[in-house]
Amino acid sequence: MDVFLFFLFAAVAVGCAINLILQKHPISSAISLIGVMVSIAVLYLLLGAEFIAAAQVIVYAGAIMVLFVFVIMLLNTGAEEDGPSNAMSNFLGVPLIFVMVGLVSYVMMQIAPSAQLVTFGSFTGGKAEDLGILLFTKYLLPFETTSVLILIAILGAVVLAMREVDE
Amino acid sequence: MDFFLLTLVKAAIIALIFLTTLAYLQLLERKLLAHIQRRPGPYRVGPHGLLQPLADVIKLMTKEDLVPPYVNRTYYVLAPFLAVFLALIPICLIPFGPQVEIFGIPTLMQLTDLPVGLVALLAISSIGVYGIALGGWASNNKYSLLGALRSSAQMVSYELPLTIAIATPLLLANSLSLQEITQAQSGFYFGFLPRWHVFQMPWPQVVTFIIFVIAAFAETNRLPFDMPEAENELVAGFHTEYSSMKFAGFFMAEYANIVTICSLGTVLFLGGYNPLFPPELGSNYVPSLLFLFGAAVLFFHGAQAQRWRDKITFPLFGVVFLGITALFFIPMLWPYLLPVFWFALKAGMMIFLFIWVRGTLPRFRYDQLMSFAWKFLFPVALLNLIITSGLVAAVS
Repeated sequence: MDVFLFFLFAAVAVGCAINLILQKHPISSAISLIGVMVSIAVLYLLLGAEFIAAAQVIVYAGAIMVLFVFVIMLLNTGAEEDGPSNAMSNFLGVPLIFVMVGLVSYVMMQIAPSAQLVTFGSFTGGKAEDLGILLFTKYLLPFETTSVLILIAILGAVVLAMREVDE
Repeated sequence: MDFFLLTLVKAAIIALIFLTTLAYLQLLERKLLAHIQRRPGPYRVGPHGLLQPLADVIKLMTKEDLVPPYVNRTYYVLAPFLAVFLALIPICLIPFGPQVEIFGIPTLMQLTDLPVGLVALLAISSIGVYGIALGGWASNNKYSLLGALRSSAQMVSYELPLTIAIATPLLLANSLSLQEITQAQSGFYFGFLPRWHVFQMPWPQVVTFIIFVIAAFAETNRLPFDMPEAENELVAGFHTEYSSMKFAGFFMAEYANIVTICSLGTVLFLGGYNPLFPPELGSNYVPSLLFLFGAAVLFFHGAQAQRWRDKITFPLFGVVFLGITALFFIPMLWPYLLPVFWFALKAGMMIFLFIWVRGTLPRFRYDQLMSFAWKFLFPVALLNLIITSGLVAAVS
């Protein structure tokens, strides 16, 4: 059952990701991205990280993508038109993608060789309590640094969006 | 196997009751609004309009399902389904009662008790905005688009105070599971004051509850904040171009969201299925007395009725009420009926508040709505969270 669900949602995630690139209309691409986010949340859930799964849906599918869709609607952009294409990109594009996927997986294997196979349901440290304890003890510095970074980004956005005051 | 069958039966019961509630909620709203405005409301179909929801369903189903030629077909059709689908899921996380035994099998009076139930509920409701946003955009109509834009902006803005208001009682309950949150509120102070989060020491959550209710009005697009469909500005907002069952889908989603958020408020602040006062003071007899009173009122009016059919329908409903009274007098059924009664009573009170406010308050202007959320509600919610966490830390 777990394996079946894993392959189902992995396939949905990859399918949505491909669809995201192929779609001409920005709204369709945004909806595909939501599909990717939700499928990844289900994969987290299968691994036993229930809080991360819910947070993934709230933050990515719920907040960030709503903002994307909102901006696309506000600008009311139409479908994208085909740009000029050249022979190089037509023939080399797809093989080069495979080369890059291969390279990335090779590097990943080198950095973190998996000693054992991942088994579904064996991970039990995904509860909200465990995450909270880790965040406020072991990972306190990265956590606080990230929040300060986000604060700076928010302040920057506010300053940029502020109307210039005439003197 | 037992588990599977039991879950199937529970799901069927909850679905049946939930959908009937949604249909009758619409009648209740029309009736209450009518009485606030001193008119009788729907009155023709069935005794006192009680069969009106049935007539409405038939009307909506037989209407022509028009898809305008200028819409974006895929998303136009997808949007109402998405809205209904995401609005109906959260009810499976709501606890209606504690663990009971049915034919010797222990089970919760709730479909599923997730350890992260509250966060899962927030996750589902946070993607619920896509139904409205996509519907308004796909309609290809300026009013619909404006409605959808307003709705997205409003729901994202009010999600902040709502989430903070939800997080505050969690400090007292120490859990994300809705069943455990309810159980944390059982028991009484001094033998009579319930330990609900609105009353709980060291910091009664009254302010949080008010913030929650205000943000809930905005999240469900209800009247003081019903910007997405403001009739006198936007025709009907995001569902201007929808007819027949697709329109009914949006309508159903709105009512389902109201029921969900009222149930959530009941669980988080009003003690869920815990009774108002302890059984030692006789709280087990409250439902029987209430229904007995209802039956007495019905018999009294039946005896004085002017029209001949009222002489039949009033006593008939009186007999039904007497039957329910008798049901609540059987101590064997108490573990099943009493929690559901208290839960339904509290959630019903909150739904009544929603309708009452709709009949009373005028609509906000859009800029007022936004500055209210960001400049008042959000800072107050944050301050409240800080005070609560400080007091909780000081006490423990």
